[in-house]
Amino acid sequence: MRAVFPGVARCAAWVLALAAPVVFGQGSTVDEIAKYRAALQDGNPAELWEARGEDLWKKPRGPKSVSLEKCDLGLGAGLVKGAYAQLPKYFADADRVMDLETRLVWCMVQSQGYTEADAARNPFGGPNRKSDMEALVAYVAAEARGVKMNVALNHPKEQEAYRLGEKMFYFRGGPHDFACMTCHGDDNKRIRLQDLPNLTKPEGAQLAYTTWPAYRVSQGELRTFQWRLNDCFRQQRFPELVFASDASIALTMFLARNANGAAFNAPAIKR
Amino acid sequence: MQRGHLMLLLGTLPGALGILVGCATAPSDAETSAKATAMLKASFKESGQAKLDRLDQDETQKACSVGAGKAPPKDVVERIEKVNLATIQWPADGKFLGDWKNGEKIAQTGQGMQYSDDPKVPSGANCYACHQLAPAELSYGTIGPSLYQFGKARGYGVDIQKYVYGKVYNAEAYSACSNMPRFGHNRILTEQQIKDVVALLMDSASPVNK
Repeated sequence: MRAVFPGVARCAAWVLALAAPVVFGQGSTVDEIAKYRAALQDGNPAELWEARGEDLWKKPRGPKSVSLEKCDLGLGAGLVKGAYAQLPKYFADADRVMDLETRLVWCMVQSQGYTEADAARNPFGGPNRKSDMEALVAYVAAEARGVKMNVALNHPKEQEAYRLGEKMFYFRGGPHDFACMTCHGDDNKRIRLQDLPNLTKPEGAQLAYTTWPAYRVSQGELRTFQWRLNDCFRQQRFPELVFASDASIALTMFLARNANGAAFNAPAIKR
Repeated sequence: MQRGHLMLLLGTLPGALGILVGCATAPSDAETSAKATAMLKASFKESGQAKLDRLDQDETQKACSVGAGKAPPKDVVERIEKVNLATIQWPADGKFLGDWKNGEKIAQTGQGMQYSDDPKVPSGANCYACHQLAPAELSYGTIGPSLYQFGKARGYGVDIQKYVYGKVYNAEAYSACSNMPRFGHNRILTEQQIKDVVALLMDSASPVNK
């Protein structure tokens, strides 16, 4: 806990430094941002979400007043360690490919007795509106830190989700003709000063996927991969991506599978 | 009569077998595309100004939804450029240059068309998201080429002014499957706004050409 706040104070100083009139050239602007990012790594407020998530996981909750400790995230009932690194996957009990968020909703409905609508009601937190889902995801993701990404394509439905996710990645639409590929289909590109990973290549997918969820300094929130996709589509000028929808799971499958082989390293911290 | 039925049955057999074989192997690219489109429609909800019809692709969007490093066949590329060129509405007064100072403001803002945006506020073009323009702005993206000294390097003639107007109006007319939005065609910018952006690139007094 104590480690968290000096880091935040330091990054606030960097934000101020960056907001001051910029007098150096392009190359050094990028260097300064790299320094800012490095400074952020020291003390990640995501720890607060992880701790709250662990409590939520272990606490009896819902109409049936049971904990999630018997929830099967793919490795067996109650096994959390490393589970995030092999999701999404096919679950026979639901006969569906699920990412972590979808699986958590499933467990909240099946074992805790929530309605699906209640379980999925508040997926993304905001000011004065904490999201239990974000906390649970932070906890489960943190338990996979250092584990190699190992997403399987064994079941036909896993293979189908991957193929559909790939199609979705290249799907151009909306008033701006944007697809995921518009920004994430080439090497060494930026929007403004923000580096864009090339998600069509393993190195880019690995770098991106293994660093979500992340604490976003600019938002003061821990953000999940479902949030990341939701906000990409907002900027793509698409309608709103429905939380835990088939398309969100298929696209996650495409990106998570492309990240196979890299060590998972989240929750991370980003600007 | 019976034989007729038998013939009919036999006639449908190869088709039925084809379907069975099709199920056992990977689906065709067209089948996957159709399924992906259906999945998309079921996975989004309308929000603010962003309605579900934004998922209905036009011919250009469909043809350009191809994988990394791929391009449509040459005849399709030619058709996309022809169809899009025909959409350009040239200024009635024949003038292409607006006010580069307004153009700079339009180039700086990315407001517009997101479901979180106020539809009453005019959209920007967000040129700096992808292009270098005026040298004072260091926060520029690199998805598109640098446009610094665009007019100075090419000359300020009317032909080039017209080209820039057309390119901003509908980039697909000049380069099929370009990453650049069709600002005029899709009513992101007004005619006057496009002229202002053209001036940012083509007015000799613009900081882009300093």
